[in-house]
Amino acid sequence: MYFDKATRGEKLSSAKLTSVQYGILLMLLALVAGLWRLQVLGADNFRVLAEQNRIRKVPLLAPRGKLFDRENRLIVDNYPSVSCFLLREQGHNVDADLPLIAKGLHLDLGQLQAMVRHYRSAPGYQPIPIKQEVTPDELAFIEAHRNELPELETIDVERRLYPRDGFAAHLIGYVGEVSEDMLDNDLRYAAYEPGDVVGRAGVEETYDQILRGTDGSRDVIVDSHGREVGYLHTEHSIPGKDLRLTIDNDLQRAAELALGDRNGAIVAMDPRNGEILAMVSRPSFDPNAFAVKIDRAAWNKLVTDPDHPLLNKAIQAQLAPGSTFKILMSVAGLQEGIAQNLRVYCNGGATFYGHFFACDRHHGAVDIHNAIPYSCDTYYYTLADKLGIDRIDKYATEFGFGQKTGIDLPGEQAGLMPSAEWAIKNYHRKWYAGETISVGIGQGAIEATPLQLARIIGGIASDGHMVRPHVVFPDELPKDFYHALLDTYPGSGKVDLPIDPSTWETVTDGMAEVTEPGAFHTAGSAHLAGIDLAGKTGTAEVVGHVGGHEVKGGQFVPNVWFVGVVPRRNPELVVAVLWQHGEFSYYPASIGARVVAAYVEKQRRLAHNLAPAKTEPDKPVEVGAVWTTPNDARTARLHAGHFFVNPPSTELASGTVLSPRRVGTR
Amino acid sequence: MPMRRFLSFRDFDWGLLGVILVLCTVSVLEIYSATLHTKFLGFHQRQILWISGGMVVMFALSRVDYHRLLDFAPWAYGVFLVLVAAVLVPGIGHKALGGRRWIKLGPILFQPSEWMKLILILMVARYFANLGGKRLTWPDIFKAFAMVGIPMLLVLKEPDLGTALTFAPILVAGLFLGGINLRQGLILIVAGIALIGGVWSSGKLLKPYQKARLTSFINPQDDPRGSGYQVLQSKIAVGSGGIWGKGAAKGTQTQGYFLPIPYTDFIFAAFSEEHGFVGAVFVLLLYFFILMRLIQNAQTAADLPGSLIIMGVVAVLTFQIMVNVGMVIGFMPVTGIPLPLMSYGGSSVLFTFLALGVAMNVRMRRFVN
Repeated sequence: MYFDKATRGEKLSSAKLTSVQYGILLMLLALVAGLWRLQVLGADNFRVLAEQNRIRKVPLLAPRGKLFDRENRLIVDNYPSVSCFLLREQGHNVDADLPLIAKGLHLDLGQLQAMVRHYRSAPGYQPIPIKQEVTPDELAFIEAHRNELPELETIDVERRLYPRDGFAAHLIGYVGEVSEDMLDNDLRYAAYEPGDVVGRAGVEETYDQILRGTDGSRDVIVDSHGREVGYLHTEHSIPGKDLRLTIDNDLQRAAELALGDRNGAIVAMDPRNGEILAMVSRPSFDPNAFAVKIDRAAWNKLVTDPDHPLLNKAIQAQLAPGSTFKILMSVAGLQEGIAQNLRVYCNGGATFYGHFFACDRHHGAVDIHNAIPYSCDTYYYTLADKLGIDRIDKYATEFGFGQKTGIDLPGEQAGLMPSAEWAIKNYHRKWYAGETISVGIGQGAIEATPLQLARIIGGIASDGHMVRPHVVFPDELPKDFYHALLDTYPGSGKVDLPIDPSTWETVTDGMAEVTEPGAFHTAGSAHLAGIDLAGKTGTAEVVGHVGGHEVKGGQFVPNVWFVGVVPRRNPELVVAVLWQHGEFSYYPASIGARVVAAYVEKQRRLAHNLAPAKTEPDKPVEVGAVWTTPNDARTARLHAGHFFVNPPSTELASGTVLSPRRVGTR
Repeated sequence: MPMRRFLSFRDFDWGLLGVILVLCTVSVLEIYSATLHTKFLGFHQRQILWISGGMVVMFALSRVDYHRLLDFAPWAYGVFLVLVAAVLVPGIGHKALGGRRWIKLGPILFQPSEWMKLILILMVARYFANLGGKRLTWPDIFKAFAMVGIPMLLVLKEPDLGTALTFAPILVAGLFLGGINLRQGLILIVAGIALIGGVWSSGKLLKPYQKARLTSFINPQDDPRGSGYQVLQSKIAVGSGGIWGKGAAKGTQTQGYFLPIPYTDFIFAAFSEEHGFVGAVFVLLLYFFILMRLIQNAQTAADLPGSLIIMGVVAVLTFQIMVNVGMVIGFMPVTGIPLPLMSYGGSSVLFTFLALGVAMNVRMRRFVN
């Protein structure tokens, strides 16, 4: 044995063993305390962490509502696509992977790094959108690198498919990622998140709330490699609502073709209710380029183009209305009792306040009846002088010059109606009487948009029933949304302005003469056989336009206008045509005439071939009319009034007599 | 020569064995749960085999008088010192899992460092028993240090930090129970702190990943995917278990592979997640019972070497439990030390049962001498 007898009796002191026991007890109690801290005190916190660990919220993006024309023909559709996002919560060093990601997804490394840097201050759970329109080979790359790059996440999205060649592009608008500026500064986007796709122009912007729907999400259970192992809870997305526009595809196409490549705009509206049937602006752009992130070069080209392709000229071009303003002048003159008795001899112009104002022709004797078809400047100089700026301003402002119409499209411009007050307010000077003379023919400081002219002239031809133009049927919108819409897009809107029947008749007859062939008639070329097209042309001198290429013979080529209605009274259609630097005003008149012809042809086809499907129950229709009482030739006098007429029905076919109920005359 | 007296298995500590088997059952069930959806499914059956094997060697070892084991210990120490050194030689040592720790004997892998643990328990018990409770001189202390320190450094070189560290409590227990006085103890503690500081800053003995593992437990959020990831995920697993746990095989951390190696080193985290505070405390109580029972056996042992052997076993087990559970709940760094009787693995199970066998051996002979 190796140990001697002396040690055999030795034992460990029980004090030491007891101290070891207490030591062990103490250490175990420390472990229990640690477990208590984690499992009892910290349980809720760690439960959240455990959930975050395994649950990844994958957004389910709502498809955007489609856009249809008034006859439910598809205009804007969606197509499926894949977007790639970068998740930063994977606890992975994302920066080190960026070169590989950039290579696989064909991204610029510098831009990608800048993007990640940019998002550094954003909350970690926020995914960074790094690539839209992932191609099949890029998708294969992502799938193949699931283990190395667990931070890459793909999401199915529906993308916008717009008509080609910029068809109705300005009206429809486009979508794009919500900008930081919008998120920070625009209340409408308070609830949006970076990366959200929103309408950035046109109908897409105005009706974004309706079109966008509600995104859903899916709680995906993932393992530590980011692989999906199951679903927990799916909140389905609610697709955006489809919208029916007031646009008539046929008329829109006719308008697009009629305007061609000319720099300008066309707006066609039903003046009875304000429904926009066609809206064209040139030059156009391809909204599909915006559906995916537009590249810098293409964007720069669009914004630096001197012809402003992104501008919706139908509502945003503010230009002198030229002679189209004479319709308003005529109404003002007649209402004030001046124009009826005004006779002017046009000798190629007249002198006012020591300054000679020219007319383009020698019209000879002119009164209100031929002043409109002749578009005699001399007559309107004189009328303007007699009315004075205050009265012109009163009528013009009442009818809507210098104010937005309130159309449900973003970015509408108000135009400008100068007045004595305006001169003092903006230039701290008094109004010069000579300015009134220029304003009389729609020149000078006065500015209007094509839509304004369509609304005003359409309204005058409709006996002063002014409407709020719109591109979506208000009845088909939720009530509260519609009310909010009216607040967001304020304007002169729907008002009834009393016009004397004689004024109404005189002006509309004058407008009808414009398109009749005849000496001095400004738009005889726009005459359409068998169609009661009335209208007014306009030629507006361009003063100091910054562009350079619109110069001809040392002079700026004027902007030309045409605003036409069909039929002349209580029209169904008003068309405003603007051709910037179009030189001769009968050009836009024939463009307008083509649109009108397309409209009338379609209506005739519909009337002859098949009755359109009945959408509403019959109810009395209000009809305005002017007539004379012929039974006494000596006291024959003009009457005008409104009737409620029952719409034609089967009873009519069986020979019942139409009995208008007269509600009153004015 | 000791007299051959009546030796009975009635003196075997059946109560202790019962508690051990309860713990083994918990272990097998949790290994099953943790490997349920992995390619490691079936490990629980292998664990049953290891436990059965462990019981056989435990009974076998308890038959051999521990005095004979103590006689035999110096020879074994010499042989295994050579083997532990030989492991480091590339031709002989078998490399796996980033460390050269094994010697391949035909089809089986053999880890000399695990056996060294058992031999050191015997060697330290023998050494201090021979000193017979006298006052320790400094040369006595240095000899003890050399005895444990040489194999420890060799194992550290493999590198196998976990096993190397397990050698330390054997020495500490020996010194404490062997009669070190307070002054010597304090001097050693100060010297130890200085040594650890020196080793840390020299950067030679510890591999960078070992250092990282040791530090990241302090602030796991700094490097959530690296070394700290394991600690963080482990704490999440334990914490999210709450009081009652998520239920067997329902731990999201365990089943979703967030918890690293949930069937070996982090099995206590997996168990705590699925069975909560109640389950975790229950397991700790079982360990408490085992350790207290062993200390009681040390008290009733027939002689000083017998007591020292059992206390060596207690020291190793206590150290492993504290370090492993401490790691799981974020108190201790990740050192790769398995939880005795719970973690999956042949080496760990066999060592634990051998150590318990030696302790049983002592108890069975308490009336012998």
